[in-house]
Amino acid sequence: MSVTSDSETTAEIGRRRLRKEDARLITGRNHYTDSMSRVGMLTLGMVRSPVAHAKITRLDVSAAKASPGVVDVLTGPDLADSQGSLPNAWPVTPDQKAPAHPAVAIDEVVFAGEIVAVVIARTAAQARDAIELVDVDYDDLPVVVDLEAAERDEELVHPDLGTNTSSVWVFDSASAGTGGDVQQAIADSDVVIERTLYQQRLIPSFMEPRSILVDPTGDRIEMWSATQIPHILRTMLSMTLGIPEGKLRVTAPDVGGGFGGKLEVTPEEVITVLAAQRTGKPCKYTETRSESLMGAHHGRAQVQRLKLSANKDGTVTGLDVRLLADMGAYLGLVGPGIPVLGAFMYNAIYKFPAYRFESKALFTDKVWTDAYRGAGRPEATFAIERMMDELAAELGMDPLEVRRKNWIKHDEFPFSTISGLEYDSGNYEAATDKALELFGYEELRAEQQRRRESNDPVQLGIGVSTYTEMCGLAPSRVLGSLDYGAGGWEYAQVRVLPTGHVEVVTGISPHGQGHETGFSQIVADRLGVPFDNVEILHGDTQVAQRGLDTYGSRSLTVGGMAVVAAADKVIAKAKVIAAHMLEASEDDIEFESGRFGVRGTDQGVALGDVALAAFAAHDLPDGIEASLDSDATFDPENFSFPHGSHLCAMEVDTETGQVTLRKYVCVDDIGTIINPLLVEGQVQGGLAQGIAQALFEEAVYDDAGTLVSGSFVDYLVPSAADLPSFITDTTTTPATSNVLGVKGVGEAGTIASTPAIVNGVLDAIRHLGVKDVRMPCSPSTVWAAIHDAGSGATAEAPNVQTARGDQS
Amino acid sequence: MTTTKQTVTMTVDGAQYSDDVEPRLLLVQYLRERLGKTGTTVGCDTTNCGACTVLLDGESVKSCTMFAVQADGHEVVTVEGLAQNGELHPVQQAFHEHAALQCGYCTSGMIMQSVSLLNENPHPSQEEIRSGLEGNLCRCTGYQSIVEAVSAAAGEGDTQ
Repeated sequence: MSVTSDSETTAEIGRRRLRKEDARLITGRNHYTDSMSRVGMLTLGMVRSPVAHAKITRLDVSAAKASPGVVDVLTGPDLADSQGSLPNAWPVTPDQKAPAHPAVAIDEVVFAGEIVAVVIARTAAQARDAIELVDVDYDDLPVVVDLEAAERDEELVHPDLGTNTSSVWVFDSASAGTGGDVQQAIADSDVVIERTLYQQRLIPSFMEPRSILVDPTGDRIEMWSATQIPHILRTMLSMTLGIPEGKLRVTAPDVGGGFGGKLEVTPEEVITVLAAQRTGKPCKYTETRSESLMGAHHGRAQVQRLKLSANKDGTVTGLDVRLLADMGAYLGLVGPGIPVLGAFMYNAIYKFPAYRFESKALFTDKVWTDAYRGAGRPEATFAIERMMDELAAELGMDPLEVRRKNWIKHDEFPFSTISGLEYDSGNYEAATDKALELFGYEELRAEQQRRRESNDPVQLGIGVSTYTEMCGLAPSRVLGSLDYGAGGWEYAQVRVLPTGHVEVVTGISPHGQGHETGFSQIVADRLGVPFDNVEILHGDTQVAQRGLDTYGSRSLTVGGMAVVAAADKVIAKAKVIAAHMLEASEDDIEFESGRFGVRGTDQGVALGDVALAAFAAHDLPDGIEASLDSDATFDPENFSFPHGSHLCAMEVDTETGQVTLRKYVCVDDIGTIINPLLVEGQVQGGLAQGIAQALFEEAVYDDAGTLVSGSFVDYLVPSAADLPSFITDTTTTPATSNVLGVKGVGEAGTIASTPAIVNGVLDAIRHLGVKDVRMPCSPSTVWAAIHDAGSGATAEAPNVQTARGDQS
Repeated sequence: MTTTKQTVTMTVDGAQYSDDVEPRLLLVQYLRERLGKTGTTVGCDTTNCGACTVLLDGESVKSCTMFAVQADGHEVVTVEGLAQNGELHPVQQAFHEHAALQCGYCTSGMIMQSVSLLNENPHPSQEEIRSGLEGNLCRCTGYQSIVEAVSAAAGEGDTQ
């Protein structure tokens, strides 16, 4: 065993450790699915509908079948008996309407990009050639694109359902007994702010396109997929296709980003399994980026109708939320649950006396929506943070003053919120004060005033958002109460090997977060072994027999805790063996820094020696099984509630509408920090995604239901040239609901930054009469908002070029 | 579709290869599928994301925008050929030390573009780095750590 004195003396938790994962990724020795192949492998190509809603009147695959290298072409009718219906695991109401969701459309398509036939060929090029030879006639049906039009039911996505409404989910604080009646509160209040806000459709845009490889051997199926959820995928595929779980192995190798976009059971995965079963050959499908944009699920896509009531002093008295949530044409795996998750976060960090939430899930002729970074919580945070700014503007108060007036104070934790959550800990004042110090708030306000007074064509805006989120998805009993189809526990196994090295198996399935590094630090501290002697194994259902995978910032808060629980069991077992080896009473054995010592003596034995003794098993205490390992599942007792304060300053050119971000400061409180390096990465990346929603990204469909932003030319994922450097810092209020004190960080940046940016844009131009601006705040949108407000703008819409072309 | 194959000969990561390929075969497909150099990845079909960036005669190119036949007679360096004698290239080392990657999918292209950028401009400003990486998309890092890594690698002086 190589032991460095550094590793022995330094606590790993909190240490800035460089990532274990990097070695293979910076040298190109990665293991992404599309980099894998099998002898005799066939390639799939998908024929996708170019129209949004139509009957398929003719589907002729004969020419494609005769094309060179083509093994078979499968259609919906070919697969009707075997493909089942793609799963939705979250029936949020007992009467939720859920249309059957075939992997390959059978006689009708309901969104552009839906798969109508599958080519199986020897090479990708041959598959591509054959796709062109599939002849399909479509008889167009009315298309439902707009969400507010969908609500009116004038045209229907699924006429047999008789409505576009899938479900209506309601929370009312009066009937829940957590608060007052919101209508009464609104009637009794001094001011009522009413707004309709739009959460545009976003595309998660993981950099690695989805890829699937399926190798059938006998009656067993091995599958590799660029997925966040190998365990859930295995179970769901078993349910969908009737393959016993024990005969199905799913591996998520290196996965090139997910952001919720790979939290799905996809048609492409079902199809690849079916193709492999039919041909008896390994089959691979890798989507193109265009296919990814049109055929992989989207996120957000809500209309938020809000009423916020308050007294003249800025004290909020009630919030009424009426949401239209765009499900797209089908229900995704957890799609209907996303607005429901958001329902718990509209009260954010504030003490609201009355609250009502109603979400209507609607079908439209677009690809379905599902999880995207934060899932439900960014939408909620955006809404309330925008409304708090509107309230401040209405009352002539500073936006931070309004927030301070309403938020839960440091000494009020634990705090039961009006939406029924119990916040365990938090300190909103401390995070905000630190952010203000880093930001230079007063100086920037003074500059803003100067620019306003001099009618500077470039105005300064200051944006604020304070937030909390609920991480650590989730206590199983809570998921049960919300009718989610599974639990929220996580699994881990810790194995101390005969050499003293430690293998850790986790049911968590990372895709860029650096869990191999973070989990190694936890285990190194817990077991007192060197960081480098810990190996983390994950993402393979045959290696991690159980697991619920990675999403919702649950990896550390739930998965990390499962690792701790398994490590503690190992220590308990090792203690019994050590006592036997040392001929001492168990009560006299102390475990410290990887060594079991006899209290009051210098006698002791290292963990590795105990592991070797347990492996050799020559002389174990009665009832103790050979080998030093243990496993555990951990079910969190509560969510965790990270929080923080984000402040930004931007210049808004009133003549062009161009928004230039000048300064971004955030202070996040995510409880105990395992590795600051990993935290910074998650925060900075999250900020980029949240800022992108505010300024750049939108999935745009035209009136015919065609995705206009169907490539990275049109869907504007920001580049390095589009973003500034961020100033990020933390405060630490440990979670009280888990022994590590961790709260989760993956989604914080995204949740908080979008409202901060939009609040800042409005702050720059509100004095020109602008009351709202829709996202993304592209130059043309901002210019139009200024122009429509009637002052400060030039007469003609400008053509503003950004680093990568026109944003508008 | 039948096509006449053409012979291409090129040096990739220091070794010479000669193969018969369809004229429509993209350079990235040739590198990945024929030579097994899967370190170079594909992220889009429109030359926007830069995941497939390699060096062609020392200059960065997006290998999804070139046909393999266009690289005939040229020298290609991929991320797999960057480390020399077991030593990481300074840019690779800087990416590791500055945590300039998370999922790693864009990383090969980012590294190759950064190497090319530093070859052209050994001491770029942060603004020049951001502008120089404009054609490479990353969804994980927010770019800050990447910019810092390139700055640090520039500080190393010799980035060849």
